[in-house]
Amino acid sequence: MDTTQNQRDWTSHPPLIAPGYKSTIFRGPSQNLITVPELMKPSSGPIFGLESVAPLDHDLTKNGIKNGEPLGERIVVSGRVLNQHGQPLKNTLIEVWQANAAGRYVHKRDQHDAPLDPNFFGAGRCVTNEEGIFKFYTIKPGAYPWGNHPNAWRPNHIHFSVFGPNIGTRLVTQMYFPGDPLLDYDPIYLAVPEKARERLISTFDLSLTEEGFALGYQFDIVLRGHHSTPFENE
Amino acid sequence: MNKLGQTPSQTVGPYFAYGLTPEQYKFDHKSLATPVLLDANKNTQDLIILRGKVYDLHGEAVDDAMIEIWQVDQKGEFQTKPHQGFFSIGRMGTGTIEGNWFEFTTCIPAAEKPGQAPTIHMIVFMRGLLSHVYTRVYFEDFKEFNQEDPYLKLVSEERKTTLIAKKVQDSPVTIYEFNLHMQGEKETVFFDY
Repeated sequence: MDTTQNQRDWTSHPPLIAPGYKSTIFRGPSQNLITVPELMKPSSGPIFGLESVAPLDHDLTKNGIKNGEPLGERIVVSGRVLNQHGQPLKNTLIEVWQANAAGRYVHKRDQHDAPLDPNFFGAGRCVTNEEGIFKFYTIKPGAYPWGNHPNAWRPNHIHFSVFGPNIGTRLVTQMYFPGDPLLDYDPIYLAVPEKARERLISTFDLSLTEEGFALGYQFDIVLRGHHSTPFENE
Repeated sequence: MNKLGQTPSQTVGPYFAYGLTPEQYKFDHKSLATPVLLDANKNTQDLIILRGKVYDLHGEAVDDAMIEIWQVDQKGEFQTKPHQGFFSIGRMGTGTIEGNWFEFTTCIPAAEKPGQAPTIHMIVFMRGLLSHVYTRVYFEDFKEFNQEDPYLKLVSEERKTTLIAKKVQDSPVTIYEFNLHMQGEKETVFFDY
């Protein structure tokens, strides 16, 4: 098995302490991470969660319905999960969560004065197919204020949690929307090195757009490392 | 061929609970991973509790961290089929037990490879952490194995103690405590895999 791992590329990821995002100052580790030699990097891991994805888990426009349709603009989000060599990663679990169209999270701690939607829960999950493709339906999330600095607003975003072949490919990130004016003011987004930022912005895609139903956004995810070559699993 | 650039990490934020740890936080959504890795109905003999807190620079225990643990079973294998008595991935947020504890029900794993000490992989996600960080939990009563462990050998003597879980109770159930210090004098060692 080819267990070649790629290092986490710190020219693509945000630093652990980014002063513009205040809480990193006392929560991000200050000492250097311990570098692990190539051959000691964990190369195996569990295949996780595939059997636990329920039929409506990929459809956030339906999985929270109590007495009607959720409010807001329906969207479909699809993309491929790839390794850095462009090979698709199949059977990869993706979990998503987000605010509703008004910018309010279901989480009990979110006290933003915007309405909850009784028909929108805002969390789901899906698994990539043989071509590494995932797809889920949801409502476009709204922007919301946060306390980081005066008049601070988070741009519209969907949270992603992604597994992969091993513990090194684990990724938690956020997908943003094209043309969002709040991106220029968001210290979480701006903490990403400039050359890598646009990888977090989905693209509007008319071919994904479903006529009369939902606007399509494409978002590809590239995980580090090298997947085991396909024939080994077959 | 040019390699594709990695998708950058972003913080898990404060509102992960209903997406990633819904059952623990009493949301009506199934959790894929829970704080219970070892099924106590099938195995009490090997059961341990691994608990701890996540401290920030000011010594405050963080109430919105998500801890994910990955470990092999006692035979050295990853198990992710449900209802087999053991599940290799656990998750817990620090916002539901007073005092902001995480607390896993699990067992001491086998060593993953000869020459290594038993270890539980731990990943920390939280608001204020833009990229998750990895650490390794070792057990104080495996001293001889720990001395030979190749990962512990990468760490300076004075910082090794940050990776050793302490046995704080023997019976009726064995409890190990492993606290994470994100910064400060006792800053936990984190690895870059």
